Amino acid sequence: MLLEARGLGVHFATPRGLLRAVNGVSLEIEAGETLGLVGESGCGKSTLGRAIMRLVPIAEGELLLENQYITRLEGTALKQVRPKVQMVFQDPVSSLNPRRRVGSLVGQPLSVAGWSRRDIADRVAELLAQVSLPKDAMDRYPHEFSGGQRQRIGIARALALSPKLVICDEPVSALDVSVRAQVVNLLKDIQDRLGVGYLFISHDLSVVENVADRLMVMYLGRVVEQGRAADVLARPAHPYTHALLSAAPVANPALARSRQRVVLQGELPSPVNPPSGCTFRTRCPYAEARCAAEAPALRPVGDQHVACHFDFSEGFADATTGVSA
Amino acid sequence: MAGLDVRGLSVSLYTRGGVLPALSEVSLSVQPGRTLALVGESGCGKSMTALAIMRLLPEPPARIIAGQVMLGDTDLAALPERRMLGVRGKAVSMIFQDPMSSLNPVVPVGQQIMEVLRRHENLSGRAARTRAAELLTLVGIPDAEARLAEYPHRLSGGMCQRVMIAIAIACRPAVLVADEPTTALDVTVQAQILELLKRLQAETGMALLLITHDLGVVAEMADEVAVMYAGRVVEQGPVDAIFAAPLHPYTRGLLGATPSGGTAGRHTRLADIPGSVPSLAELPAGCAFAPRCPLAHAACTAQPPLTTLAPQHLAACFAALGVPAHAA
Repeated sequence: MLLEARGLGVHFATPRGLLRAVNGVSLEIEAGETLGLVGESGCGKSTLGRAIMRLVPIAEGELLLENQYITRLEGTALKQVRPKVQMVFQDPVSSLNPRRRVGSLVGQPLSVAGWSRRDIADRVAELLAQVSLPKDAMDRYPHEFSGGQRQRIGIARALALSPKLVICDEPVSALDVSVRAQVVNLLKDIQDRLGVGYLFISHDLSVVENVADRLMVMYLGRVVEQGRAADVLARPAHPYTHALLSAAPVANPALARSRQRVVLQGELPSPVNPPSGCTFRTRCPYAEARCAAEAPALRPVGDQHVACHFDFSEGFADATTGVSA
Repeated sequence: MAGLDVRGLSVSLYTRGGVLPALSEVSLSVQPGRTLALVGESGCGKSMTALAIMRLLPEPPARIIAGQVMLGDTDLAALPERRMLGVRGKAVSMIFQDPMSSLNPVVPVGQQIMEVLRRHENLSGRAARTRAAELLTLVGIPDAEARLAEYPHRLSGGMCQRVMIAIAIACRPAVLVADEPTTALDVTVQAQILELLKRLQAETGMALLLITHDLGVVAEMADEVAVMYAGRVVEQGPVDAIFAAPLHPYTRGLLGATPSGGTAGRHTRLADIPGSVPSLAELPAGCAFAPRCPLAHAACTAQPPLTTLAPQHLAACFAALGVPAHAA
């Protein structure tokens, strides 16, 4: 197993109380595999990514990288593990220092790791070729590149130290449609070639559908559904997943007109003061008294794992989801 | 109620580097009760078109150099600013991508709605207040009376966009220009806002010019679609025809690059369009899409005219027109 998280929790102390940004999340990622992570803003998906990077303090649970506990590593021991997990950020403009040349940006992880100057130059050239950027890119500044090219620079930097796992946090959300496809394809090619595992964080289900082997849906810091991506998308078994799929616009006018949509009422409740029991119940069309009383555990339903008191594996009352025909 | 008819609109940017053609001969028309989606990637001129219609172009450097923006019998492009003040926010209004930065952070939302009502409808303080509360209820904000006193930062992004919509429809405009109204919002909230726009349109019969880069939103909302590339409309037609039988290679590329649910699994490769959108300063001669186009040939060094190729379906492409390479 490349990465394993067991009951991971990340807590932030806020003036209004304790915020459980990530609450009891368990996941596994194999080498060469992509785990898609979806949910609305504020659901904790980016915080989970940062926790796996060991960039935010982990309050509870365990994190294993290649079967080695890394939850509490510090100092030199942590520094030895860090190269194995790297990150690609959403905004290629703000994640690249505008005053440094591309060669220095991509080479920085290598110089931190103590590579010699000549080795760095060779490796940077190799990395730029890997992400299909011209060799002379090395001597230019980020502003001289388009959004898609800047994201390639970010990807090259993430790959510099040959990581085993790359956390992609909304890597294509800031890009235009045609360029988005280029970057998605590039990420897939890199995975096929290098066998890296991806945690692919996105709010865009159509992109996740195209990259993920398995899928995890989060709501207010908890996993509400997980399973093979094709299963979850074709037969969602949690009302929230069902609503998310139903809300996602479909690029097909005939289908868009014919399908019934479940439009969720209201908005995400405050994570500082989440509803009792099942946190989704305030927006759930199927909620009953029981949902307020007890929090549902993640349990096997159909082909996936679902945190809901009810069994929707046979479909929903108004079962038309659209995203997967 | 009048629709909007944009005819041959051209806008240039007068910069130190020279005069850049931001919009070239853009013609669009939206009828009352209908939705026209204006689609394209960043930098293609979608927002520039919206700003030109609203007469909100940053002048300088931008200037309308040709064309008309007809609202009924009035040409908005030729109106002096003094008269445009009476039109903007009344007959034609606009909502923007980022609701947080479009609202004034230091003024309660109620005041911001009432400002429009006082300016255009001559309502007194109390009448404006009542109407503002009605508008908030209309856009689906519960407990409207109390919400009037809230400042924008107390509301979520979705709620702020509802307030923006309330301001925009306060004077029952004939035309609403919505520039990426849901791009900054989560999908579940996006679905709510799109439903709201549809409902308001059905109730008021306003014409909706919807600017978006999201083909999913287009499929959900549009009656007609205009696709822009490098400041020009390259294809225009009924929504079903655009999706089922796109004529321009750029439209086909956009559709191919959009994962379309159900068909595309983990192991399908998305079709991508090589390269990226050219900058206005470096537009190639002739068809601006030619350097990225799989069908480009010798004729494409000339500008292809926007031609009707099917009922109400226009495209500007020599390959779609069937012009052979040697004809140019």
